[in-house]
Amino acid sequence: MSTLTLPPSPALLSRSGWTAWLACLVLLCGLAPLLNLWVPAASAWHLSDFAVALVGKILCYALCALAMDLIWGYTGILSLGHGLFFALGGYVMGMYLMRQIGLDGNYKSPLPDFMVFLDWKTLPWHWTLSDNLWATLILVPLVPALVALVFGFFAFRSRIKGVYFSIITQALTFAAMLLFFRNETGFGGNNGFTDFKRFAGIPIATPSMRMTLFVITALVLLCSFLLARWVVRSKFGRVLQAIRDAESRLMFSGYSPLGYKLAIWTLSAVLCGIAGALYVMQVGIINPSEMSPANSIEIAVWTAVGGRATLIGPIVGAFLVNGAKSWLTVAYPEFWLYFLGALFIGVTLYLPQGVVGLLQTRKRGAV
Amino acid sequence: MHVIDRWSRVLLVFLCSQILAISAHALTGEQAQAIAIGDADSRIAALQAAVQTPDEATLIFLQALADGTVKIVAGQAVVLRDGKPVSPSDGRALPIAADALQAAEDAMVNNRMRGEIDNALSALQLLSPDTAVRRAAVKALQGQVSEAQLPLIDSAIAKESDSAIRDSLNLLRAAASLGSEDPAKRLAAAELLGASAQAATQTLLQERLAAEPDANVRQALRKSLLAVQQRLAWGDRLGAVFSGISLGSILLLVALGLAITYGLMGVINMAHGELMMIGAYATFVVQALFRQYLPGAFDWYLLASVPVAFMVSALVGALLERSVIRHLYGRPLETLLATWGISLVLMQAVRSIFGAQNVGVENPSWMSGGVQLMGNLALPYNRIIIIAFALTVLLAVALLVGKTRLGLFVRAVTQNRPIAACMGVHTARVDTYAFALGSGIAGLAGCALSQIGNVGPDLGQSYIVDAFMVVVLGGVGQLAGTVLAALGLGVINKFLEGLTGAVLAKIAVLLFIIVFIQKRPQGIFALQGRSVEA
Repeated sequence: MSTLTLPPSPALLSRSGWTAWLACLVLLCGLAPLLNLWVPAASAWHLSDFAVALVGKILCYALCALAMDLIWGYTGILSLGHGLFFALGGYVMGMYLMRQIGLDGNYKSPLPDFMVFLDWKTLPWHWTLSDNLWATLILVPLVPALVALVFGFFAFRSRIKGVYFSIITQALTFAAMLLFFRNETGFGGNNGFTDFKRFAGIPIATPSMRMTLFVITALVLLCSFLLARWVVRSKFGRVLQAIRDAESRLMFSGYSPLGYKLAIWTLSAVLCGIAGALYVMQVGIINPSEMSPANSIEIAVWTAVGGRATLIGPIVGAFLVNGAKSWLTVAYPEFWLYFLGALFIGVTLYLPQGVVGLLQTRKRGAV
Repeated sequence: MHVIDRWSRVLLVFLCSQILAISAHALTGEQAQAIAIGDADSRIAALQAAVQTPDEATLIFLQALADGTVKIVAGQAVVLRDGKPVSPSDGRALPIAADALQAAEDAMVNNRMRGEIDNALSALQLLSPDTAVRRAAVKALQGQVSEAQLPLIDSAIAKESDSAIRDSLNLLRAAASLGSEDPAKRLAAAELLGASAQAATQTLLQERLAAEPDANVRQALRKSLLAVQQRLAWGDRLGAVFSGISLGSILLLVALGLAITYGLMGVINMAHGELMMIGAYATFVVQALFRQYLPGAFDWYLLASVPVAFMVSALVGALLERSVIRHLYGRPLETLLATWGISLVLMQAVRSIFGAQNVGVENPSWMSGGVQLMGNLALPYNRIIIIAFALTVLLAVALLVGKTRLGLFVRAVTQNRPIAACMGVHTARVDTYAFALGSGIAGLAGCALSQIGNVGPDLGQSYIVDAFMVVVLGGVGQLAGTVLAALGLGVINKFLEGLTGAVLAKIAVLLFIIVFIQKRPQGIFALQGRSVEA
């Protein structure tokens, strides 16, 4: 699957790679705002708000898929609990946005509406920092990182791997979902958080704010791609791939996989958490169903469809699957699940390398 | 109360003949008048007086009151029988014009009055010749008897032939005389009530203890209360164990199929839940066919649906194995994703065929009801039958895997595929059979689940995480471990539910499993071996 030969170029990206990267940057952070905000709505060149919302959402998903690729594609550890990290990041941001509503809620109370509804008089302890933007920005990566670190430490230390690990991550996200569904945990029960008004004092639903969030998301994704590229090409990344391909042999060579696994697992969780926070700001709702095991498995499918162990693959996969989803659920709502199911089966049977892997093989075969 | 009402209507005629034998004098027109009209207190007093000396007319009149067929025509209480006005005392037709009847008011029955009437009807039913009606009447009266009903209870005790009901009646008598003026009677009653195992008795004793002036009686009350509480606590504990075993047996059924496909074959079958769903829908279809073509044998549809559910799920399983899963042996993570895709397709297929709503699967009549072991401990038949069913399936699987040729082949292929193939075992065929077997058992689980829960497209989803937990906790490839894990998880879950509520108990169990796997990654029973990857 992977070769142990050194990469031909020590550069982060090849010349054409950088060109493509810059093209994406211009397209997403320059052209998209221009077409959305400055081109009049009547023009054929106008980028609709719907398209901005959709692509913005998919950019968040792509970040999740990239995170999943680091842990699954490069380290060979399939997590079925990445939805949890996504939701944790989202919830941290959601708490801040709830506090930003201020007195504009239905009950005109400084407390979030659902707490007034539950007849709570004060904020629970875990909401202490929620009105501070800087604390929120720190907590968005920190909370998923801590959860991942603690869970990962115990799991990797007892050398749980393969399917066992997948299943207990699934149990973890399932347990968290049940917990967040409860009203008394203080996360809004099954309604979660919604009806946000503003972020850092700026109204959140205006076209320019939406575009700003879109551009930030695109920048985060592009930078994360570079980071991931740097990680997997470093010596650290090579050890990760060795863990994937022959963990026992690596251990006999004197490496302890624990630190490597833990580091990439935590990094992956952090990326997911950031994706969740960006997602909540753009979509405007977060509830515990984001933690359902099905959502986490879907992240794995985006990665598998695009191509594991290629960094561009998961991003392509997220766009392909979610694009198809948004088209099919509108055009043929009853066929979406057939399609998704067939995609799962087809990709695992016929496209083990994913779409990108297939293209690469084709290219190599042609040369 | 609804049940009582229904019975009382059906058995009115039988009852009447019995009551006539003991009646001293009949319900008079004045009594009926006093029960139907006036302020609530005087009506209740009249009601209680009338019940002291019951007869056929009393019962019919009370039933009519409860049914709302008593009218007040010109200040006169009139019973409507088949729409015709009759006298409450002797049942003769009254010459009342239809328009006057139209304009007449109903005799008012407010909640308090209804309670008194139901209570009086239950008391009268103590004299029914039908044991089931008497038993229900005793149950309905628990916790709400008054001293006024003592004579009736006494006559019921004198006539009672069933010893269990007589014991309950004696307790009822004690409860009724607990409010007596005579301290000696109260003392005797308090001592007698110590033998009760009803939650109602506990409240009764506590209330009496708060109001009791006599020190001796107080002591007796306290002693009885303690005895009752202890008995109740045992009932609760046994109840928790039973529902734990019941939940465990369901988990066992759910996990047994997975123990074969995952435990023995190493296939991460995320579509296992959907195979259960198919079994449940097969049960639904068999039920519909029986209703259509064999309504006389409807009660036995469940027996027919057991093999059908097995066969249908096994067939689907075999198809899946042939078409998808056999290409993925040795790639567990890929299998996981592909079978998840299969589960989506199966769910959507069921939605397209049967609709997204839950479908109704009825319990056959022989599964309703239960065994009353203690005052507060009843074991429903459907749970008992499912426990027995789970054990039967377990036994069959154990025999199949341990004693038959197919089982031998399955074990051989599991342990060493190339050598088994060299020995002439057709490994691909064995794989298909084994997968079909695991799927068929999932179908059986679905058939059992259809009897205790909703049958809908999401049925499998709610069990799949649990099923994997059981198999992983028990140790992969270990049937004994699966059994122990299923029953253990069931009982722990139910005990925690008593302490923390259902959701927190579930979370606690999941966390427990996560921690447990950290300690023993191979489950309760680990396979002995030297493989580094094991």
